[in-house]
Amino acid sequence: MTTSIDTSKDPQQVPEAPDAPGAEPPRRSRRTRGLLQRYALVIAWALVVVAFGSLKPDIYLSAANFQTIFGSQAVLLLLSLGLLLPLITGNFDLSIAANLTFSSILLAILQVQHGVALVPAILVVLVVGLVIGVINGFLVVGLGIDSFIATLGTSTVLQGLVLAVSDSQTISGISSNLINFAANYRFIGISLGFWYGVVLTLLLAYLLGFTALGRRMLFVGRNPEVSRLSGVEVGRIQWGAFVGSGLIASLAGVVYTGSQGAADPTSGLGFLLPAFAACFLGSTAIQPGRFNPVGTFVAVFFLVSGITGLQILGAESYVQQLFYGGALVLAVALAKLPERRRRKRGA
Amino acid sequence: MTEAAQGSRTTAPAGTNVSLSGITKSFNGVQVLKGVDLAIEYGEIHGLLGQNGSGKSTLIKVLSGTYDPDAGQVVAGGQRQTLPLVQFADAGFSFVHQDLGLIDDLSVLDNYLLTHTARSRSWRLRWGRDRVAARQALSSHGLELDVDAKVSTLEATDRALLAIVRAVENVRHSSVPGLLVLDEPTVFLPREGVERLFALARSVAAAGTSILFVSHDIDEVRELTSRVTVLRDGQVAGSAETASLSDEDLITMIVGQRLARHQGEIRAHDDAGRVALSVQGLSTSLLDDVDLQVREGEVLGVTGLAGSGFEHVPYALFGALGARGTMTIDDAPCELESHSPRHALGQGLALVPGDRKREGAAVDLTVGDNVTLQALSSHRPWRLRRRALSALADDLVAQYDVRPRDAQAVYGSLSGGNQQKALMAKWLDTEPSVLLLHEPTQGVDVGAREQIFAALDGARSGRTAVVCASSDCEQLARICDRVLVISRGRVQASLAGDTLSKDQLVETVYSTWTPSTTSDTETTKDRA
Repeated sequence: MTTSIDTSKDPQQVPEAPDAPGAEPPRRSRRTRGLLQRYALVIAWALVVVAFGSLKPDIYLSAANFQTIFGSQAVLLLLSLGLLLPLITGNFDLSIAANLTFSSILLAILQVQHGVALVPAILVVLVVGLVIGVINGFLVVGLGIDSFIATLGTSTVLQGLVLAVSDSQTISGISSNLINFAANYRFIGISLGFWYGVVLTLLLAYLLGFTALGRRMLFVGRNPEVSRLSGVEVGRIQWGAFVGSGLIASLAGVVYTGSQGAADPTSGLGFLLPAFAACFLGSTAIQPGRFNPVGTFVAVFFLVSGITGLQILGAESYVQQLFYGGALVLAVALAKLPERRRRKRGA
Repeated sequence: MTEAAQGSRTTAPAGTNVSLSGITKSFNGVQVLKGVDLAIEYGEIHGLLGQNGSGKSTLIKVLSGTYDPDAGQVVAGGQRQTLPLVQFADAGFSFVHQDLGLIDDLSVLDNYLLTHTARSRSWRLRWGRDRVAARQALSSHGLELDVDAKVSTLEATDRALLAIVRAVENVRHSSVPGLLVLDEPTVFLPREGVERLFALARSVAAAGTSILFVSHDIDEVRELTSRVTVLRDGQVAGSAETASLSDEDLITMIVGQRLARHQGEIRAHDDAGRVALSVQGLSTSLLDDVDLQVREGEVLGVTGLAGSGFEHVPYALFGALGARGTMTIDDAPCELESHSPRHALGQGLALVPGDRKREGAAVDLTVGDNVTLQALSSHRPWRLRRRALSALADDLVAQYDVRPRDAQAVYGSLSGGNQQKALMAKWLDTEPSVLLLHEPTQGVDVGAREQIFAALDGARSGRTAVVCASSDCEQLARICDRVLVISRGRVQASLAGDTLSKDQLVETVYSTWTPSTTSDTETTKDRA
């Protein structure tokens, strides 16, 4: 994929200040601008909350509403975080939503239809998710197939398998333990599912920012050849990212099954594009220009805060999609603005 | 070929074709161009020299309409042009930049027609007619190419010539004699490619077209141009007949004050130094059974013409290229067939590749990110000491004088010289026992070049052995203790001590080349 932008011909090289001290004042303004860019999405999120809060203070600003906002999007958050890994290393993974759906159905079949105990069933599902990641990695790294095509293929195969094993039926009767641990049990009033997302966000933020592996993933995504010549095992890292996304997608499938109390063969597929939207929207925040977990977290809850507000105002459901799509395009366009202006002015 | 190039215009007009006067441009209050004047006559090849940051590229971007100058005017073919020059093609301007602007995955024909198609007002492409026209235009300039071949399969020289012929044809199709701007087109070309390019440029100029030749290379400017203008700090430092200036004059104009020329240590290297690396039977797709060895603190040059395989040496030793042979480092032999960059790093090798953008660095990450990539392995895998890492980045930026002195600057925004200094910093920080270089000063200005040489000196006094593959004989003569000349994949000569001079090297490179290619080179000269 071509997420990297070749800035090497950037006209910035022109005003090469002969002496470093002279560069001090513009540097400070650049820092302010940088801060503004980093937190633009957080500010937008705050504005959305303030706007809906002042329109419907009694409903929107209630504790219950915030519990819903945070609690309802655990699955999307988890799935987006999984997708983040291949994206960072320069690959697409279109199979995450099908993986989620497959994991969900598989869990229901094992636990409801075959009476497997909950914990072993979950373990089996996670291993299967991991294997899906291994297969994606093999197709992309081992066989050199373009990741968009390879994961489109596995995604479609998984959807077919889902329909085959489920007979296109919804399976209900999920263990109440799972429902409790995904949705019912709460910490600070918010369901546990949300906290799984928080933990994973922090884990990934640590991985990417504070470990050598995370830095290498970044380089692999930006320039695989440079990474190879610097001794980085490009293939293994890309493969590992697929395994990570496979595992996390199946974990999201487990949480999804718990929060729905059932498994159905299609609804999970709808998470694919929102997950991509969250990753791309998230790449405009916190560390602009890089896919990053905290940005993704902010993006998910910015979107859901807006949509919840619109729902409270009584907007039709299609408005949600307008908000989703509009916010994504607008944010990415705004993030490009400084760069475009720089190009125009040449500074 | 000159006949064809002259084509429609048999009589070249005389006098000034393009003149720029008082061109001024500032960015964020920093004046980058301070009233630049430049006049180019019809049929003249005019050189433009200057360090990175002298305003050269800004001036070119004014001509191509990318920048709107704050003041000044441009006259072309007697017509005062409206600024910015968005419609530069109508003024008869055409550009060939260093990256050539070719699309690798498309065919020669597609690429040839690209600029034409972009301006065409007709909906329908007439492939048959255009194919014939393209083939004729290419062969009229002595370029016999399969128009259906993908550009990625062409030799570097043919790609550059294709880009230039395309630009020349654009000029020809405009109603004015025009101006062809060659913006460092020779940087990635082997020597004989440069000669073919020059021959083409001369024939184009003979037809009345003006050429502005932008370069770092004083020798090339001397060889090709009749007049030269030097920019320094956004002003014209001098403009004169090229022949009237000595190299010293030009360097003074470019740098401002006389450079404290890097004093190479005495070359007589005692053979007593321990052998740091030796290779037996090195073979790649181009190299054939090459043996070489390099001692601690020694700088070994490897050179030859394009296609001789000399540039494979550093990559093969680093395991970045399929190769056969046995390499011995510290008395430990290793088979190159199972070699890899990771393995090479473990042996204390370091490679600074020639292609900075593709192989050297991740251009959209910061300088700090790039220079500290190798240092990551000194940290515990699950805990990075971020403060130590950013301190290291600041240190390296300061130590190797990377400008701006800001580790947070985006790598790609740096000038070529500073990009290269950052790469040297990244790899010398690993304290390699053997440093492998490929064209270490390509596209690097004079000042940065001296700093890179100084860094090399520092490394060799730390007992690092250096293997430098380059086609720049002057550079090799200056920095190397010994130079191997490779021809047809084999070492044909080894120069050291008194025999090691630029002229001697150039002569050896050409005289060891195969008879068939020699005749080829001669034909090229005949064309010129």
